[in-house]
Amino acid sequence: MSYVKPLFHHPSLKKNKVGYVKADYEGVISTLCAGCGHDSISGAIVQACYEISLEPHRLAKLSGIGCSSKTPTYFLSNSHGFNSVHGRMPSITTGANMANKELIYLGVSGDGDTASIGMGQFVHAIRRNLNMVYIVMNNGCYGLTKGQDSATADFGSISKAGSDNPYQGIDLAGLALELNATFVGRSFSGDKSQLVPMIKAAMAHPGFAFLDVISPCVTFNNNKGSTKSYSHVRAHIEETSIFDFVPHQEALTVEYDKGTSKELELFDGSKIQLSKLAPEWDPTDRFSAVNRLHEAKANGQILTGLYYINTESEDLHGKLGTVDQPLNKLQQEALCPGSEKLEEINASFR
Amino acid sequence: MKPTNIQNPEYFHKVVDCQYACPAHTPVPEYIRLIAAERYTDAYMINWESNVFPGVLGRTCDRPCEPACRRGRVEEEPVAICRLKRVAADNKGEVKHLMPQGPFPSNGKKVALIGGGPASLTVARDLAPLGYEIHLYDEWAKGGGMMRTQIPAFRLPESVLDEEVNYVLDMGVHTHFNTFVDSMKEILDKDYDAVFVGTGAPSGRALKIPGYEEGKENIQIGIEFLANVAFEHTDKIGKKVIVLGGGNTAMDCCRTSKRLGADDVHVIVRSPRKDMKASPWEIEDAEREDIIIKNNMPPKEFVIEDGKLKGVLFGNVRAEYDENGKRSLIPTGEPDVFIEATDVIIAIGQDNAFPWIERDLGIEFGKWDLPVVDRTSFQSSLDKVFFGGDAAFGPENVITAVAHGHQAAISIDLFCKGKNVMDRLPPMTNLVSQKMGIHEWTYDNGIAHDLRYQVPHEDKAISLKDRKIEVELGFDHIAGFKEAQRCLNCDVQTVFSHSLCIECDACVDVCPTDCISFVVNGEEEDLRTRLNAPAENLSQDLYVSEPLPTARVMIKDEDVCLHCGLCSERCPTAAWDMQKYLYNTTKTYTHEGAGVVG
Ligand SMILES: Cc1cc2nc3c(=O)[nH]c(=O)nc-3n(C[C@H](O)[C@H](O)[C@H](O)COP(=O)(O)OP(=O)(O)OC[C@H]3O[C@@H](n4cnc5c(N)ncnc54)[C@H](O)[C@@H]3O)c2cc1C
Ligand SMILES: Cc1ncc(C[n+]2csc(CCOP(=O)(O)OP(=O)(O)O)c2C)c(N)n1
Ligand code: SF4
Ligand code: SF4
Ligand code: SF4
Ligand SMILES: [Mg+2]
Repeated sequence: MSYVKPLFHHPSLKKNKVGYVKADYEGVISTLCAGCGHDSISGAIVQACYEISLEPHRLAKLSGIGCSSKTPTYFLSNSHGFNSVHGRMPSITTGANMANKELIYLGVSGDGDTASIGMGQFVHAIRRNLNMVYIVMNNGCYGLTKGQDSATADFGSISKAGSDNPYQGIDLAGLALELNATFVGRSFSGDKSQLVPMIKAAMAHPGFAFLDVISPCVTFNNNKGSTKSYSHVRAHIEETSIFDFVPHQEALTVEYDKGTSKELELFDGSKIQLSKLAPEWDPTDRFSAVNRLHEAKANGQILTGLYYINTESEDLHGKLGTVDQPLNKLQQEALCPGSEKLEEINASFR
Repeated sequence: MKPTNIQNPEYFHKVVDCQYACPAHTPVPEYIRLIAAERYTDAYMINWESNVFPGVLGRTCDRPCEPACRRGRVEEEPVAICRLKRVAADNKGEVKHLMPQGPFPSNGKKVALIGGGPASLTVARDLAPLGYEIHLYDEWAKGGGMMRTQIPAFRLPESVLDEEVNYVLDMGVHTHFNTFVDSMKEILDKDYDAVFVGTGAPSGRALKIPGYEEGKENIQIGIEFLANVAFEHTDKIGKKVIVLGGGNTAMDCCRTSKRLGADDVHVIVRSPRKDMKASPWEIEDAEREDIIIKNNMPPKEFVIEDGKLKGVLFGNVRAEYDENGKRSLIPTGEPDVFIEATDVIIAIGQDNAFPWIERDLGIEFGKWDLPVVDRTSFQSSLDKVFFGGDAAFGPENVITAVAHGHQAAISIDLFCKGKNVMDRLPPMTNLVSQKMGIHEWTYDNGIAHDLRYQVPHEDKAISLKDRKIEVELGFDHIAGFKEAQRCLNCDVQTVFSHSLCIECDACVDVCPTDCISFVVNGEEEDLRTRLNAPAENLSQDLYVSEPLPTARVMIKDEDVCLHCGLCSERCPTAAWDMQKYLYNTTKTYTHEGAGVVG
C-alpha cells in the first residue's frame, strides 16, 4: 500500500495569486477507507483554499475525534492544526479564536462528534456566533468505531447489519437554523461543484458558518436501505439553487437570469450568486428556509445548497467589543498597564 | 466522445510511450523492472528477442524512446532507457542456451541476404531457426555492416559487436565474406527462393568546391575514413583536422581524429547549432574532448599552397526561416574566415547506391534512385526480392534496420510458403491484473523522485590515447538499480470498469497529476478544456468510459499519469485496476505454421 504521495504534479498547474499551486494545499496521503466521502470533502477544502488564494499560515484547522476528525492531516499541511478530544473542538476553537482573531478557523467534526458527545459545545458556539467554519462530515454513523448508528441516522435507515433505526434523526442544519446560526447550508461530498463555492463563502462569512456535508461511509453505511449511501443521496438530492461564490474585487463571469436569481453581498465585498432559486425561498429569510427544509423532508428529498445567511452577522468579538489587535499580539504594557491605571479603574467603581 | 475501445491493441500500446516510439517496439518497462530485480539475463533476453543487438544498442542506439518517455513530461529528463539496456548486456550470464538451438531441420528453402549489417542479420536470426538455408554476402571480412565499419570502437568495443553478430551467424548461417556482389542478376540466377537486400547507404557525399582536386590527397570522405580506421588501413592523421558537417558521422570523425594524433580538431557546420543533426549527447561528448564546433560557416574553398592543402576558407551566414519553417542561409557580409588544416574530412551525408542492380530485372527504382519498396511488407516490385535497413528508404539507424529486418523476415516466410505477404498477424498482447492483495501490487508502484543518473566516463587522458578504449563506463549495479527505479511502469495500465464505479470521486481526489475527471460528455476538443487539468498534449489520448449513473463519463487524460496505482488503491469497488499490458510485435516464429513449407 502506498504511504507517501508522489511529488510530481501536472505540469500545467497554475499558481494562484499568492504563488501556490493546488498541491501546496494538500496534506499527507489519506489513511481513510478507499472511497470514504470524507476524502472528497478534504479535496473540496483544498480546492477552495487554492481558489481563494489563501496563505496557508492564515488558517487553523481544528477537529475532535472520528474518521472525519482525522481528515485535517490530509489537507493543508502548511496550516495550523489542533486535534482535540471527542466533541471538544468548539471550545478549543473558541479559545483560539479569542486569542487570535486574525486567523480563519476551520472546524472539522463528525456527526457523532457533534450530535452526541459534542452537542453541548456545538450549540453554544452557534449561540455565540463564533467566527468559524464548522463542517460536519455527516455519514450517519460512528465510522471510526465500526459503524454504530449515530444521532443523525434517519428514522428507518437500515444499517449494514440489517436493523432499521428506531430513533428520530437529528437534523443538524435544522437545529442550527433553529438556534439562529448566521450561515447554514448542506451539501454532499460527491458534489464538488456545489461544495467548493459553499466552503469559500463560509470562509468569507463573519460569524458561525455551518455546513452539514453528507459524506457516505463506504465501509459501514453504504448499504442498500441506508439513507446516507452514495446511491440514496444521489437519487434524492434536491438543490435550493445553483450556488456560486465570487471573491471580493472579482467580476461575475456568468450572467444569470434576473427572475430566478439573487445576488448577496458579504461583509468583505465578496458576493454569493444564487440562480435557479427554489420557489418560495429567500436565503436571507430564516422562516422561508425552515419551511423549505421541512417541505423537502416531507417529500423525502435531501435538500442541499445554502439555506440561510444573515448578511448583518456580528461575531463574538463584536459582541464582546474586544480590541482590534489580536490578544496574542498585545504587549506587556497594554495587558498590564501598571498600578496607576489600576487605581484609576478602581476609582471609577467607587 | 465514444467510449474508448481498449480491445484495440494499439490503445494501451500507445500509453507505453517508450515502447511505442521504439521502431522494434521493445517492451522497455518489462526489461527495466528485471534490471531493478538484478535479473540481467532475463532483461537481456527480452531485448534480444526484440532488437537482436542489446549490447550494441545499449551503447549506440539513437534512442527515439527517450524523447518520448513520459518521465520527461513530469520532470526534467527521461529515463536513461538506452544505458539501462547496456546494464542488462554487461551483467548478463550465459545466454546462448536461451536462444534457438541449431542445427535446425531444413525446410528446403534458400534465402540470400546481400549485405551483413543489422537488417540482414535480423532477417537471418528470424529465418534460420525455421529451417531456411541462409546465405549472407558482405564485402567486408566480418559481419555487422556499419556497426563495425562506422561506429568507432571507443563507442562500441569490437568484442561486444562480435559476440552479438556471432549469436546470429552461429545459427548455421552460410557466410560469404569479402564478397562484393556486383550483379543482382547473378544472385537471381542462383536457386534462391528469396533475396533480401540489406546493403545500407554506403556512398559518402563529396564536396567539390574549388581546390578539391589539388587537395584530394588530404581530403577524405567521412565514412571511408572511419571504415579505413576500423580495418586499420589508417592509423594516423595530421595535427590539424577540419571536419565538415554537423551530423553524427562528423562527431565520430572528429573524435577518431583526436585519437589518431590530431591536436587541433575543428568541426565546422554551415547551419546553426540547433539545426545540427548530431544527437545532443554526441555533441556533448565531442566538446568534452576539446573539439571546437563552429556554426553558420559554409565552406567556400580548399586553400592550396605549393600543391598541398593548407586549410579551408569559410563564409559567414545567418539562418532565416519563413512562415513554413523553411530555412535559408543568408550571408552576413562579414569577411571570410580561413582555418588552417593538414587534413579535411567531409561528413555531409550518405546516399544509397545500387550500381550492382541491373535495371532490367523488374526491380523498379523511383525517386533519388531508391528502389520502390512496400512500407509494410518490404517487398520490391520483383516479388522474391525484399529490401530493408538503410537500403530501403535511406539512412536511418541500427534499431530501424532491425525493425525492418523483422518485418521483411515475416514477408519472406509468407512468400516462401506461397501466402500473401500482406496477411500479417496482429501483435501478441496480454493484459493481466497486477493485484496481489488489498493494495498490494506485483510492481513497485512508489514513485522515485531521483533525477537522471549520469553514466561515468573514462578519464579523458586515458581514453584519448587509444581509439579502442571505451569512453562510457556504463552504470554499475547500484546506479543501474536507481535509474531503473525512475521508470514509471507505463505498461501497467489503469483499466476502468464503469459498471463498478459509484462515482465517489476518490480517484479524482488522490490522483497526484489530476488525470481523472468525471464530466458531461462532449466533443474531444471541448472536453480537453473541461477536465480537472487541461489536456493540452494532443498526442496523448483521452480514455473515455461508458456513461455512468449520473449521466457523466469518466475521462482520463493519459498524458502525465504516473502509473502510481493510487486511483486503484483508493477505489472502494475496484472499478480501477492496474493491469500489465504486454505487447509483442509478431515475429516469424510466432506466425501460425511459421517455417513449415509444403
Ligand atoms: C559514422 C556513422 C555512425 C553511426 N552511428 C550510429 C549509432 O551510433 N547508432 C545507430 O543506431 N546508428 C548509427 N549509424 C547508422 C547505422 O550504422 C546504420 O543505419 C545501420 O548500420 C544500417 O544497417 P543496414 O543493415 O541497413 O546496413 P549497413 O549497416 O550499412 O550494412 C550494409 C553492409 O552491406 C555491405 N554492402 C553494401 N553493398 C554491398 C554489396 N553490393 N555486396 C556486398 N556487401 C555490400 C556494406 O559494406 C555493409 O557492410 C551510424 C552511421 C554512420 C555512418
Ligand atoms: C471521550 C470519548 N468517547 C468515545 C470515544 C470513542 N469514539 C471514537 S470516534 C467515535 C465516534 C465518531 O463518530 P463521528 O464523529 O461520526 O466520526 P466518523 O468516524 O463517523 O467520521 C467514538 C464514539 C472516544 N474516542 N472518546
Ligand atoms: S470507516 Fe467509514 S468514515 Fe471511517 S474512513 Fe472508512 S469509510 Fe470513512
Ligand atoms: S517512464 Fe518507463 S515505461 Fe514510461 S515511457 Fe519512460 S521508460 Fe517507458
Ligand atoms: S495511476 Fe491513477 S492516480 Fe496514479 S497518476 Fe495515473 S491516474 Fe493518477
Ligand atoms: Mg460519522
